[in-house]
Amino acid sequence: MAEIRKATGFIDWLDQRLAVNKFIKVMMTEYWIPKNINFLWAMGVVLMVLFMVLIVSGIFLLMYYKPDIKLAFDSVNYTIMQEVEYGWLWRHMHGVAASAIFLVIYIHMFTGIYYGSYKKGREVIWLTGMALFGMFSAEAFSGYMLPWGQMSYWAAQVITNLFGGIPVIGDALVIWIRGDFLVADATLTRFFMLHVLLLPLVILLLIAVHFYSLRMPHVNNQDSEEFDFDVESKKYLDGKKVESKVVPFWPVFLSKDFFVVGVALTIFFYLVCFHFDFAMDPINFEPANNMKTPPHIYPEWYFLWSYEVLRGFFFDIAGVPAMKIGLAAFGFANVIFMLLPFLDRNPMHTAPAHKRPAFFIWFWLLLIDMIVLTVYGKLPPTGNNAWVGFGATIVFLALFILLPIITKMEANCKCNNGGCK
Amino acid sequence: MAVEQSRRDFIGMAFGGFAAAGGIIALGAMKKTWDPLPSVQSAGFITVDLSPMKEGEVQTIQWRGKPIFILKKSADMPKNEKRDITTGGSTYAVMIGLCTHLGCIPTWMPATKQFKCACHGGEFDASGINTFGPPPRPMDIPPFKIDGAKLVLGEEGPEYKKLVPKKA
Repeated sequence: MAEIRKATGFIDWLDQRLAVNKFIKVMMTEYWIPKNINFLWAMGVVLMVLFMVLIVSGIFLLMYYKPDIKLAFDSVNYTIMQEVEYGWLWRHMHGVAASAIFLVIYIHMFTGIYYGSYKKGREVIWLTGMALFGMFSAEAFSGYMLPWGQMSYWAAQVITNLFGGIPVIGDALVIWIRGDFLVADATLTRFFMLHVLLLPLVILLLIAVHFYSLRMPHVNNQDSEEFDFDVESKKYLDGKKVESKVVPFWPVFLSKDFFVVGVALTIFFYLVCFHFDFAMDPINFEPANNMKTPPHIYPEWYFLWSYEVLRGFFFDIAGVPAMKIGLAAFGFANVIFMLLPFLDRNPMHTAPAHKRPAFFIWFWLLLIDMIVLTVYGKLPPTGNNAWVGFGATIVFLALFILLPIITKMEANCKCNNGGCK
Repeated sequence: MAVEQSRRDFIGMAFGGFAAAGGIIALGAMKKTWDPLPSVQSAGFITVDLSPMKEGEVQTIQWRGKPIFILKKSADMPKNEKRDITTGGSTYAVMIGLCTHLGCIPTWMPATKQFKCACHGGEFDASGINTFGPPPRPMDIPPFKIDGAKLVLGEEGPEYKKLVPKKA
């Protein structure tokens, strides 16, 4: 054991036992952030704040929620909403944050894609980020079914049925996941466990790895400029703050983040207080009924694009049933973003999309296509809607098949230094 | 030193083997824990009296938590020998009322004489055969037995085995 001397103060006492000064340096005051990054880089901190909101509001909801199919609906819609003081606040904060967090995740994700932050040394950040997206999806879905309304129930029915598409073991797997022949009490209690314990634990762990994986390659910047963090940080520490290209995370960079978080929270609480219903489906205010399907089933807005890919194929092709093609396309859509660092075969550039002409077009086509999928995912899949959905699904699949080809062409192009600038 | 090394290896392998065996047993226990409870598995049999049914009418009953459609076919509905049940001079179509796509409950449309699933636009004819949309196969036939004018759900009678010849 190191020699412990008499402490000069409380911080010193802690420092001798926990190395807090070193920790603060590594995590905050000497964690260097490039200067030329815009507000889109603040989305990570916004996500962290929204996640804290979800945890705190979730804890308060958990104290009154009853995971039992006979009690769940009333414990939410009567006890929490009518009886518990400020229960409505926690519920609306929880519901709105669950929806808002996905909007910010998508902005965070597309910022990463636009600025090429998923490749060249930053693959692990991208992979853990996409793993987080998957866990948040599971977390959102398992939470969505807890109020045991009609839409919750049928969402659970449809999502658990998806596993029936897996060859050979499918049907048995569905029964195993549900713990019953239908979505029932056993299903509710196990999804409750996943929602309040297992998935949040995994998410917290993944967030830690996601942050840690940022330390070696450092944060990318708007111009994808390469510079030596050691040299730039030395300039800053020597007092040449204007000349240095970096600033410390704390207090300089976070002051900007706090501003963005402030704006985000203003919008958030405006929604919580005045437009909380956008995160609440009217059908979910009807108790679950396993003998009556609502006329039109759709997921929350953030899953609509992949839902539309799932149902985009509505006819059989070459003897393969439409359902199997849909499931395969759905599986493809859910793993393909994960593979992005390896599909982009231009190894040179972490350059922003506006400096890569072909990739720039690819990026906007992808974004527009996902918006089209989202819009049509909400509409009934009949007539022309079905064909638009089919077309947008084909475009989505084609874009990811084309990505390796266009980025390879870009890398081979000698004309302007590898397709850039 | 070589002897020492192999001793170390043995300890490592023995420990690893025990850990793996324990892990597999634990996984098995976890799998079993999520299986349906015995009370769920022993979901009972249901007897339905078919005699009061009117022609062209669909009756929905609940069996094992699933909706069962029973349609008494009228003369103008096409018969399907491979799926229909004939008893007491009348023809019935019996099926588990869940769309084979993702498990929603289709609705009987008397005007067009078909079952229509609103979720993804799947359509089934009066015998429960998929005619349009994503459903990959006809609606499933629940195990049943015919007892005079009564239908017993849950038991595999000879009439059921004739309709579903290759059911494992």
